[in-house]
Amino acid sequence: MERPAWAPRSIDISVPSVARIYDFYLGGSHNFEADREAARKAMEHVPGLPKIMQANRAFMRRAVRFAVEQGITQFLDIGSGIPTFGNVHEVAQSASPGARVVYVDHDPVAVAHSRAVIAENPDAGVVAADLRKPQEILDSPEVQRLLDLKRPVALLLVAILHFVEDADDPYRAVAELRDALAPGSLLVLTHAAFEGIPLSQEQVQGAVDVYKDIRNPLIMRSHNEIARFFEGYDMVEPGLVPMPRWRPESENWDPDEEDPWAFSQFGGVGRTA
Amino acid sequence: MGLLPVRRRGADGVSAEPDGPEDRLRRFATIWSRAVFPVTSTSLTRAEFEGQLLPLARRLSQALLARTVDTDEGRAVGAALVTAHCTDPDALTRSLDCVDAYLVLYCGGEGDREDLRSRSARLQHAMAAGFAQALRERTLAEQEAIAQAALEAQGVVAQALHATEARFRAVFEGAAIGIGIADLDGNVLQVNDALLRMFGITDQNMRGRNVRGWIHPEDAPQTWTLYDELVRGEREHYHVEKAFSRPDGTVLWTNLTVSLLRDADGTPQYQLALMEDTTERRLLNLRLRYEATHDALTGLPNRTLFFERLEKALSAGEGQRFGLCYLDLDGFKTINDSLGHAAGDRLLVEVADRLQSCATAPGEMVARLGGDEFVALTTGPDTESEVDELATRIMNVLLAPVRIDGRELTVRGSIGIVEGPAGERGPAEVLRSADITMYRAKSAGGNRFELADPEADARAITRHGLTTQLPAALDRGEFFIEYQPLVHLGDGSVRGAEALVRWLHPQHGVLGPDRFIPLAEHTGLIVPLGRWVLEQSVRQAREWRERYGEDTAGGPLRINVNLSPCQLTHPGLVQDTVDILERTGVAPDALCLEVTESALIGADDDLLKPLRQLAEMGVDIALDDFGTGYSNLANLRRLPVSVLKLDRSFTQSMQQFPADPVDLKIVEGIVSLAHGLNLAVTVEGVETGAQAEQLRILGCDTAQGWYYARPGPPERLHELALVDATG
Repeated sequence: MERPAWAPRSIDISVPSVARIYDFYLGGSHNFEADREAARKAMEHVPGLPKIMQANRAFMRRAVRFAVEQGITQFLDIGSGIPTFGNVHEVAQSASPGARVVYVDHDPVAVAHSRAVIAENPDAGVVAADLRKPQEILDSPEVQRLLDLKRPVALLLVAILHFVEDADDPYRAVAELRDALAPGSLLVLTHAAFEGIPLSQEQVQGAVDVYKDIRNPLIMRSHNEIARFFEGYDMVEPGLVPMPRWRPESENWDPDEEDPWAFSQFGGVGRTA
Repeated sequence: MGLLPVRRRGADGVSAEPDGPEDRLRRFATIWSRAVFPVTSTSLTRAEFEGQLLPLARRLSQALLARTVDTDEGRAVGAALVTAHCTDPDALTRSLDCVDAYLVLYCGGEGDREDLRSRSARLQHAMAAGFAQALRERTLAEQEAIAQAALEAQGVVAQALHATEARFRAVFEGAAIGIGIADLDGNVLQVNDALLRMFGITDQNMRGRNVRGWIHPEDAPQTWTLYDELVRGEREHYHVEKAFSRPDGTVLWTNLTVSLLRDADGTPQYQLALMEDTTERRLLNLRLRYEATHDALTGLPNRTLFFERLEKALSAGEGQRFGLCYLDLDGFKTINDSLGHAAGDRLLVEVADRLQSCATAPGEMVARLGGDEFVALTTGPDTESEVDELATRIMNVLLAPVRIDGRELTVRGSIGIVEGPAGERGPAEVLRSADITMYRAKSAGGNRFELADPEADARAITRHGLTTQLPAALDRGEFFIEYQPLVHLGDGSVRGAEALVRWLHPQHGVLGPDRFIPLAEHTGLIVPLGRWVLEQSVRQAREWRERYGEDTAGGPLRINVNLSPCQLTHPGLVQDTVDILERTGVAPDALCLEVTESALIGADDDLLKPLRQLAEMGVDIALDDFGTGYSNLANLRRLPVSVLKLDRSFTQSMQQFPADPVDLKIVEGIVSLAHGLNLAVTVEGVETGAQAEQLRILGCDTAQGWYYARPGPPERLHELALVDATG
C-alpha cells in the first residue's frame, strides 16, 4: 500500500490526458476542455500534429493487416488510448474474423471507454496496466484468457514509448515483453523524433514543453535510439522508416501525395527469431 | 488531373463504359475524394476513401435526376460524411464546393441546366443540414461516452479506494492494540474500540480530549519531552511505558508508541498512538517480584531483597554509613521441638511483627533471612549511634512474653552488630561478620548484643574457612601422617609409633590436629578422615613389619592411632577397622587405638561395646590423656583398655631435678594401680634424659617425647629402630 487511505485520490478531468488529446487530434469528441486546450497549445508549435496522429493510425492499420497476412491472429496493443475508429480489433477482425485483441492502457478513463467499445466483442479485452510493469500485463486475466503466448503475437507499441522516460527503463520493459513472446511474433512500433519533422528543433520543443507541463513528458529519441527497441528482433522490410514509407498499400504510392507532417515519426516492425 | 475520358477501374473494381454515366459518376467521386481526403482523419488510403464516397456520389446523382428532389437524400449524404470521419468543417466546405462545381457537370445528363443547378443547390442545403445534425449527434454521443467513461473510471478508483479504506478501517477497529490519532495540538481525532475498552470510557467522552491532559504521576521524566519533540516535528516516533488514570480511579499501564504522520510534502500532520495494555502483566510482575523478595511466612523482605538493599547501602556515596543487626533467637530449636512447628511459626510471625515496629524510619528495614534469623538495617550518616538504639529497641520489643496456645513464651535473642562507612566492604563480608558477632553474643550467654571486632572476626573467619575447606582437602590429599616413636623405658628399644595427622594447607602451611580435628568433629568429616588415617597407619605398620620382620628387640613394631569421640559412636567403626586390618593383612595386635579419657566419661555399655569387640579381637585400647578428666579409677575396671597414657602434665615437673615429690607419688600410685589392673603405662612429653630415667624408676613401661624424637616421616622411625637395634 503506497499511500495512506485518508489521502484523497480520484479521477481529475481538469488534468489533460494524452489519450484524450490524441482523440482530439483525430477529430474525436472523446475529450474535455482541458485536453483540447493542451492540444491547441501544442498545435500552435506543431500545427501538423493531427496529421502525425493520422499517419500513426494509418501505419498501424497497415501493420495489423501485415500481421494478419503473416498468419498472426493475436494482438497485444499497449497504450491503446481512446479508440475512436480504425482500431486494432476492427482492422484485425475484419481481415481475420475471431482474431484476439487485448488493449492495455494505464489511463483509467481510456480503459473505461475501451471497455464500453468492446463490451459486445468476446474476442477483445482491456487491461488497466502500465507498460513499465510488463509482468502485470502478461499476468493479467485478459491476457491469460485471450492470448496464447506459445503462439506468435503482434505486440503493438504505437505512439507510447515516447511517453516513457529513460529513468523508467523502457528498453528493459520492451525486452521483458519480447522474452515472453513466442518465435515469429511481431513488434509494431512508432516513436516520435525530431528527425523528419518539417520544423526546427526549437519550434518542436514548444510542443514538447506542453507535454512536460501536463506531466506527461514527450521523450524525443533518435533513429538509433528507437532502433534499439528492436533488439532481439529481425527487422521486417523496409526497417525503421518514416511512417508513410513503411509498406505503402498502393503499388504506385507517391510520397508527394502524402502530407509532409506524416513523415514526422518513425515506424517499424520486427519479428522475433 | 486525371479527368481524361479513359476506361478506368473504380474503387469497387467494376469497370465502366468510358464517358458513360457510370464513368462520369466515378470521376466525380474521384474529384470529391481528392478534395476532401487531406482534411479527413480517416486511416484509410485515399483509394479506399474514394470507395466510401462513390455510393454517396451515386445517391446525389440519383436525387439530382429524380422527378422531385428528395432532400432527405442530401441529408443522408451529409450525415454519411460524418460517419466516414470527415468531421472537420473544412470537409463540408470542400464537399459543397465540389458538389456545386461538378455534380451537375458530371451527373446532370441532358437536363435543364437551370433546373439542375437549383436542384443541386437544394441538395447542398440538405447536405449541410444532414452533416450538421450528424456531427452534433456524434459529438454529443462521444461527449456522453467519454463522460460516462470518466464517471466509471472514477467509480472504479473510488471503489478501490473504498476497499482500501474498508480494509484499513477493519484493521483499525479490529486491532487488539489501542490506536488513536490526534492532531499536533493534542486534540484526539479518532480512537478505536480497543483503546476505548482500555480506558474504560465511551467514544463521546473520548472526543474532544487532549493528549496533554493525560499527565500521570508515574510518568517517566522524559515522557513529555519526547512528546514535545514529536509534535514539533523533531522526532519521528518514541516508545515509553506510560500510565493513564481510568474514570473508575484504577490505573491503566501501557506500552505506548507514538509516531508522527506527515503529509505527502513531509509537513507534520497528525500523531498516531499505538498502545498495548500491560496492566495485568505489570501487576503480575509486581506480584512475582513481591513474592520473590518477601518471606511467605512473616511477610518481611527476604534474603534477596535484603541483599539488594544492603548492597545499595554499601555502595552509597561518601559520608554514608550503615548499621546492621543480625538477630538469632535463643533456644528457638527447643520451642520448635517441644511445641511443634506450627507454634514455632506463630512465634516467628509475632517476632517479625515486633521487629517491624522497630525499624520504621526511612532507610531502615527488617528482613528474615531464614529460620529464626532476622536482620535489621539502618542507613544514613549517623548509624554509629542509631544502630545501638536499633539493637536496644529490638531487645526491648522481645522482652514481653509471646502468648501461644495459652502458654507464655519468653523470647530472647542474640544480636551481632556491624557498623561502618559505605564503600569499604561487600555485603557477604558484612553479613559474615555480623553472623560471627552474633555467635559471639550467643556463646557469651545470649540475650545480648555484641559489636563486631575485626580480630575476633579474623580468627573466626579462619575457623570458618578451614571448616569449609576440609572436605576438599581430603579429596585433594592435603593430609599426611607423621609418626612419633614409642620407646621402651626398660631397654630403650623402639616398640612402635603414634600416628599423628597433619594438614598441609595450601595457604596456611602445615596445620596440627588441634587446628582442624575439632572442626572435622563438628562437621562429621572426622569419620572419613579417621578412616583414612587408620588405613594409612596400618599400611605403614605392615611396611615396617615387612622390612624388619619380627627382628626388633621388643617384637614387631606397633602403631597407635587416635580415635575421636565422634568415631567412637560411628556404627561402622568395628567393621571399618576389621576391613582395614584384613585388607592390609596386619594382625590386630599390631594396632593400638587411643581413646581420650573424657570421651569415655559416663560411657554406657552401648558405647563401650565396639571397643570391647575390638579388644576381644586383639586390638589394644589405650586410654589417652589419663589424668586430665575425672580420672575415675573405679571406672577403669569396666573399660576394655590395656594401656594407660599419662597426660604430659604429670611428667612436666620431672623435667627439673629434683622432681616434685607429690607428682612422683601420684605417678607411682597410678603406675602401681595400672599394673595391678594389668594395664601397661605409657608416658607422653618426655623431653629430658633425667625425666626418662625418673619414669623408668617409677615403673612406667613406654614413653614418647622430644627426648626420643619429634613426630616425623616414617623413614625416621626406621633410622631410630636401626640405631636402637645396633646399639
